[in-house]
Amino acid sequence: MTRSDSAPVVDIRGIYKEFEVDGSRTLALDGIDLAISPGEFVSLIGPSGCGKSTLLRLIGDLTGPTRGSIEVNGKPARQARSDRDYGMVFQAPVLFDWRTIEANVQLPLEIVGVGTDERRRRASEMIDLVELSEFGRHHPWQLSGGMQQRAAIARALVIQPKLLLMDEPFGALDEMTRERMNSELLRIWERTGTTVVFVTHSIPEAVFLSSRVVVMSARPGRLTHVIGIDLPRPRDESTRELDRYYELVTEVREALKAGRGPVTEESEMAAEFGARVSPEHTP
Amino acid sequence: MTSAGRADSGSPRRRQAGSLLRGLVGPALAFVGILAVIAIVWETAKLIGGVPWREVAGVPIDPPWNPPLRIGLFNDVNLPHVWEIVGAFFQPPSRRSEFTLGALLIDAAIFTWRGAAIGFVIGAVVGLLLAIVFVHSRLLERALVPYVIASQTVPIIALAPMVVLWIGRDWPSVALISAYLTFFPVTIAGIRGLASPDPRALELMRSYAAGRWTILRKVRLPAALPYLFTALKISATASVVGAIVAEAPTGIPGGLGRAIITFNQQYASGPQKLWATVIACAAVGILFFLLVRAAELLTLRGRQQPAT
Repeated sequence: MTRSDSAPVVDIRGIYKEFEVDGSRTLALDGIDLAISPGEFVSLIGPSGCGKSTLLRLIGDLTGPTRGSIEVNGKPARQARSDRDYGMVFQAPVLFDWRTIEANVQLPLEIVGVGTDERRRRASEMIDLVELSEFGRHHPWQLSGGMQQRAAIARALVIQPKLLLMDEPFGALDEMTRERMNSELLRIWERTGTTVVFVTHSIPEAVFLSSRVVVMSARPGRLTHVIGIDLPRPRDESTRELDRYYELVTEVREALKAGRGPVTEESEMAAEFGARVSPEHTP
Repeated sequence: MTSAGRADSGSPRRRQAGSLLRGLVGPALAFVGILAVIAIVWETAKLIGGVPWREVAGVPIDPPWNPPLRIGLFNDVNLPHVWEIVGAFFQPPSRRSEFTLGALLIDAAIFTWRGAAIGFVIGAVVGLLLAIVFVHSRLLERALVPYVIASQTVPIIALAPMVVLWIGRDWPSVALISAYLTFFPVTIAGIRGLASPDPRALELMRSYAAGRWTILRKVRLPAALPYLFTALKISATASVVGAIVAEAPTGIPGGLGRAIITFNQQYASGPQKLWATVIACAAVGILFFLLVRAAELLTLRGRQQPAT
């Protein structure tokens, strides 16, 4: 699965990101360097407001860095976004109520300008992949939260991106659904060979899914530990019973504790605000 | 609740058809019911507090019933009998007329509605275009919205004669004044609706490198539709009011506005004619409203219904 011999899919070099809140500047990301190889599954984990979502949005060029450079597929992040090199999945499914599941999944293809037949074919392929075949003609509100999120994953994958950016995609789901979605995501990842960058709060989720877990410290966000996850693949429910799994969960937890700096209310507000900056600035 | 259970509950199409029926038949029945209640209250008021029935052909008739409370407001001039109002539709409004009042009012209503409908379409288009401009330009929104609001504080009755003077005594003037009343709710609701998508939806579109035009077509306009239909329902009735107010003071012939003026002058001798005209005006507004409501139900079917 891992083809780490080739050039990195994501190459982050010396990233600093500052936010200005009420005239005072807050450092959200402090000197991030990270390279992600093709086919990797990398989780970003850290305390809330550590800038992990901001880092993901920087990779997707949904916000710009104060300093530093980000390359995706060997080109600047902005170019990669224009070329539709990545798919994005948010915490909420962000499906459009006025479209059926099929039509929602087809949306990126419509924007790219793919013809109707091709659009239908590729969308139904992706809908099959996420096992929603029976629900293509339903509207999002007729589906459960987990099914909606699967539709969102199908939509992200339909343009066949080399890179999938996921921002706490299962954060709003209950624990049982989340574990099932984790297994399904791994199955999809193994079938497509897409590189995944996955932001999460959940230690078990990060360990179960990832080939590497990147641990970030509280503000300003820094990478403190990178933990390789050497659990055997393919992983399934029995993986969660392995001793090694528990060891790694403990290791990530210890790394998170070590990286937890003093938190002031002010910096917390700043970081929270920073993570929700309006997406409407000029492209 | 399991995911499968939720997804399987009822065929969407049948539910849509059901809601379409519920959306029109239910309110129609309620409307007729309330109309009946009004008629009953109306006649009861006359029965208890009215003045005895009028003379017939100058000969005072022996009143079969003397109302216990004689309140001057409830006489046959202020509150003609319900059956007299209904009957007025089937009689010529004057001896010279060869048509019944109902037929004349239908002609007038069609004339007025045509002006109102054309104005409504113009107003809706202009209103939506303004909203689109305002949503994309903060500067223009700040600069122009106060004028949009100010435009609605100008009494239409003051503007109507000027417009008629410029454009002429026919339906184009009526349409323009209707448009003037129509565009405002559409603009205000449009600004709200076009800005209503979740910021993450816009971010999603950005991740696909979608331009403003694509975002407008694929996200903002569909998201704004429920807001726009709310405004269009207000505008539908406002456009009829606009048309009548445009016709009345300037005496544009052929419409309900002129009918109101005419029967207002004949009120003392035939109050039921003005009441019938008022009913005709209300009917035009209600029918136009229902037309927009039907369009709304058709356009928005399949979207999430409010929680039941």
